[in-house]
Amino acid sequence: MSTASRNAARLRGVPLIDGIDKVTGRARYTADLDHADALVGRIFRSPVSHGDIVRLDVSRARALPGVIAVVTGDDCPHTYGVLPVAMNEYPLARGRVRYRGEPVAAVAAVDAETAERALGLITLEVRELPAYYTSAEARAPGAMLLHDNKPHNLEREVHHEFGDIAHGFAQADLVREERISCAEVNHAQIEPHACLADYDPVSQRLTVQSVSQVGYYLHLMLARCLEMDSSRIRVIKPFIGGGFGARVEVLNFEIVTALLARAAAGKVMMQLTREETFITHRARPQTDIRLKLGMRKDGRITACECEVVQRGGAYAGYGIVTILYAGALLQGIYDIPAVKYDGYRVYTNTPPCGAMRGHGSVDTRHAFECLLDRMARDLDLDPFAVRRANLLRAPTRTANELMINSYGLGDCLAAVERASGWTQRIGRLPRGKGLGMACSHYVSGAAKPVHWTGEPHAVVNLRLDFDGGITALTGAADIGQGSSTMVAIATAETLGVSLDRIRVIAGDSALTPKDNGAYSSRITFMVGNATIDAARKLRHILVEAAARKLEARAEDIECAGETFRVGPGGQASLSFAEVAKAALVERGPITVSGTFTCPPEAQGGKHRGGAVGSTMGFSYAAQVVEVSVDEDTGTITVDKVWAALDCGRAINPLAVEGQVQGSVWMGMGQALSEETHYVEGLPVHASLLEYRVPTIVESPPIEVHIVESHDPLGPFGAKEASEGALAGFAPALVNAVANAIGIDLDELPATPDRLLQALVEQRRQARLSRARRQAAS
Amino acid sequence: MAVTQAAAHSRAGLFAATTDLDMDGERPLPRKRLLRLRLNGAWREDAVAEGALLVNYLRDVARLTGVKIGCDGGECGACTVLLDGEAVQACLVLAARCEGRSVETIEGLARQGRPSRLQQAFHEKLGTQCGFCTPGMIMAAEALLRRNASPSEQDIRDALAGNLCRCTGYVKIIESVKAAAEVAA
Repeated sequence: MSTASRNAARLRGVPLIDGIDKVTGRARYTADLDHADALVGRIFRSPVSHGDIVRLDVSRARALPGVIAVVTGDDCPHTYGVLPVAMNEYPLARGRVRYRGEPVAAVAAVDAETAERALGLITLEVRELPAYYTSAEARAPGAMLLHDNKPHNLEREVHHEFGDIAHGFAQADLVREERISCAEVNHAQIEPHACLADYDPVSQRLTVQSVSQVGYYLHLMLARCLEMDSSRIRVIKPFIGGGFGARVEVLNFEIVTALLARAAAGKVMMQLTREETFITHRARPQTDIRLKLGMRKDGRITACECEVVQRGGAYAGYGIVTILYAGALLQGIYDIPAVKYDGYRVYTNTPPCGAMRGHGSVDTRHAFECLLDRMARDLDLDPFAVRRANLLRAPTRTANELMINSYGLGDCLAAVERASGWTQRIGRLPRGKGLGMACSHYVSGAAKPVHWTGEPHAVVNLRLDFDGGITALTGAADIGQGSSTMVAIATAETLGVSLDRIRVIAGDSALTPKDNGAYSSRITFMVGNATIDAARKLRHILVEAAARKLEARAEDIECAGETFRVGPGGQASLSFAEVAKAALVERGPITVSGTFTCPPEAQGGKHRGGAVGSTMGFSYAAQVVEVSVDEDTGTITVDKVWAALDCGRAINPLAVEGQVQGSVWMGMGQALSEETHYVEGLPVHASLLEYRVPTIVESPPIEVHIVESHDPLGPFGAKEASEGALAGFAPALVNAVANAIGIDLDELPATPDRLLQALVEQRRQARLSRARRQAAS
Repeated sequence: MAVTQAAAHSRAGLFAATTDLDMDGERPLPRKRLLRLRLNGAWREDAVAEGALLVNYLRDVARLTGVKIGCDGGECGACTVLLDGEAVQACLVLAARCEGRSVETIEGLARQGRPSRLQQAFHEKLGTQCGFCTPGMIMAAEALLRRNASPSEQDIRDALAGNLCRCTGYVKIIESVKAAAEVAA
């Protein structure tokens, strides 16, 4: 393939390198791995929301014929967790249970029926304790503490202030404050959780294949909880059916499966039901926001004051990071002179929350963009004009020390304003039809990883052997976002070879270099840069070999389209295969290692928690949402979405488009229909019928515009593309509803019952003011 | 207050009968029956446990793991296969109901290892991301295209209404089905 035609293909993008495996059904996910000889694992879960374990008797289960192993909290005295400073959870409860559905014991049996019968033979005696299902209950004076060392059931309080808040509000022509709430939502990735663990008692080695987004974290926690030398553990990533943050943290069932495998001295397959997958949770918390903004008449923001309360669930998980993100990412998108943030992460007797696409930023961004629109209306300004009045200018640093080197938000605004016909249509639609818009952003990888080791942020190895094939080895987890395809493209582009010469092996601790995994949209930026670094090193070796063979100077050798030649238009040329052979002479098969490290200036401010939110570059997004509102049924229909994303540069435009559509649509689910419900701690949402993920019937066309701001440090100028557009959807929708029927919704999701309630209130207010007018006249 | 309970973390647990008197005893092996069906074009016979669901037969006995399980029954469509050419959720059909009938799974669509036009379209148009819903989605679309070679967008939405995808927002899935229909036309 010539360079020209490859670049032409690149304009549209390329399909996923593992796409054929997926469309033919050949792709093997964890539950598809050969487990004919494996035992079946099942988990016994707490029937109560909060209580002290008085007695746990597994003897009858253990005695049941066909049961090979039973494990309880006694088998693992070690806590686990994603943050080294906040590991307060056991894989199987010890002493106390803190949410309904918390794992208490587990069995491995010869078949599913036996394992399930064994669960029925386990006796658990619990002394029930008061349980709290809302942040307010858990924080109330006198509430019992879920964790003894955490007063008021607060996992973490954050109090940050940047700039002069009092001065900022004094400068404002308008100050407005709103209270906005967002329901808890769940990732609902279509693949239920599963794990296959194999323990060999002779070599004392453990192999675990699981649905993890970060095999490295799983590896660390297996070593910790099983007290094993980490060199005896191998973690392999099969195909993964979506993640969205659900599988960044190590999950209890993964460690439990390994505990069972060791206890049974064999292989155990654990497949969670959809209900258990919901209970495992680790998603976006229910959030209450109080937001106050100051604005001048021209739309310029003068100050921002924000209080966020997150119902975090029963254990720490990612909580500290989530509550820090919610404050940190108030900044980095607009120029705001003064920001005050107070965050409260609360322990409650519900399943632990964690990271979910747009981690920490989504709910506060929602409140912010709704309030911006309401203030624009108060000041008779266009919503686009308000955003434009507050744009940043790159390069810059925000008040909280976030580094910004590229910034395409202005171009995103222009793209969706034009594409949606905003200027011609806004204010001219009939009642019941509305347009709304909002902006959002997200990090391209956390610049400071939570497990700080001093190693590079990413390492990629490239191998070239006698066959002329190039194998890229990466620990980065492709979970459907196309990261392995990105690695292949970056390698091929840098080396000037055909894409099909590259093979990618990803996520096997025995083969691939450690990687921090698929979270915070870090892979394109970090792993992409490491890939380019590795490919440049390999290219250098190949060019040297070509120079020797062509008897020319290395600096005169050019390589494109799998051909090496001397100088531009040089006659003498060598094919890739010839050069590869020459390169192997005397040195044999070649392995090069490429690295990427975030410089210290990218790693955030020195204030406590200042690393959270810090990144090499932010993606920026603007979107316009068009809705129809049925005032009789309270139903909101999304007719169309126009979304623009500044991803720096689209390494694979097809994949970028898919990621933008997917993230906008996931925002739509949260905006319209998705929410969890607990009745006395019992998750009554825990199926895909009750937890309402949008179907194809109610999903709108999403038109994507790619903006390329060419980040100076990004790989080929690229930034992230998978998360940035999500947070803008909900506020754009709520703003569109306001435009359609004059109602400001303060709660998500905007379900028909909430909308009807608001309509009733609107009519009541209208009647009251009519009556007042009549009384006055 | 002391509580002694079997696992009632879930609604399933709340309502499950836990008073089986013979809980501690050994169970006899499940009774099996011979099932004869045409699977991806070839007749075969297998001993299948009475009461087995088609999805378990396909995955565990026939080892056709392209048929996915994404939910606890009838919620997601990931296990969609064709039964006598009609799209059905394999988790809602007893294996025994397929006696003498034709069942087609995603593994049966490719010819000599080459993906069908529909599979090719899902690949090229990025109708698949994580790929977990993809086999069921493609089988539901296959059933549509067999009965309607040039479906409207509304036809496509109706036909795929029971198949959930969490990655794509369905935009490129619709494009994939349209593209496959155009190639065929």
